[in-house]
Amino acid sequence: MKIDLYSFLFYFFAVFTAGSAAIVVLSRHILHAAFALLFTFFGVACIYILLNADFIAAAQVLIYVGGVLILILFGVMLTQRIGDVKFIAIPMQLYGAAVICTLIFSLIIYVIYNQPWVIRTQKEITSTTERIGIMLLNDYLLPFEVASLLLIVALVGAAIIAERAKKRW
Amino acid sequence: MVGLAHFLILSAILFCLGLFGVLTRRNAVAFLMGIELMLNSAGINFIAFSRFCSHDIHGHVFAAFIIVLAAAEAAIALAIILAIYHNLRTIEVDKIDVLKG
Repeated sequence: MKIDLYSFLFYFFAVFTAGSAAIVVLSRHILHAAFALLFTFFGVACIYILLNADFIAAAQVLIYVGGVLILILFGVMLTQRIGDVKFIAIPMQLYGAAVICTLIFSLIIYVIYNQPWVIRTQKEITSTTERIGIMLLNDYLLPFEVASLLLIVALVGAAIIAERAKKRW
Repeated sequence: MVGLAHFLILSAILFCLGLFGVLTRRNAVAFLMGIELMLNSAGINFIAFSRFCSHDIHGHVFAAFIIVLAAAEAAIALAIILAIYHNLRTIEVDKIDVLKG
């Protein structure tokens, strides 16, 4: 069977993403988990590029890798003694969680294969950025404004909570 | 040929790994990492449906909103985790059992 470049890239990045995601949830060292999360975010960005989503891929790299991951690393550094390894659950909990996740996974796979998806061919869109900008300020204007309000609230709220923590109220 | 199902299965794998992390981790920051994995899998689903099942790119806008929500959520969650750490000196979710500030 001949494998074309697109399939090869998809399988490569899929294995890359899923593998580093597995390290994120299974690693015994929290710093290893945080760095594996970096590779997962990059892998997801590459999957977005394979799906012709250039703007979302760029936003993924900028916001997740540049913002969320840095925040998580800050959280690790400020709250954890490095070398603290005991943060995996007790075995009973592990088995229960494995059973639940396997059940949900098989349910999702069942739905994916038994659902008659309507496949439509997309219009050739070379760059999605312009189209997304037009949509955000027309069809999605209200969610866009609500999102900006949410960001302000999150910013102020995080600052107030962190300040209270410093004053030890 | 790689089609819609492949991307959906990848997203299902990511979602279940994230769920496993949320269910088994005792550290609140590691807990948060599981949630980020689940949000990413939802983003892949939106983009995949937008690519294969739609003429337009509405899914991209939703993926952008997911990214915004994830950023806000991470900032708030880490502020709360830091406040808990300052008060209780631990971020193990099993040991955080007081509601009094």
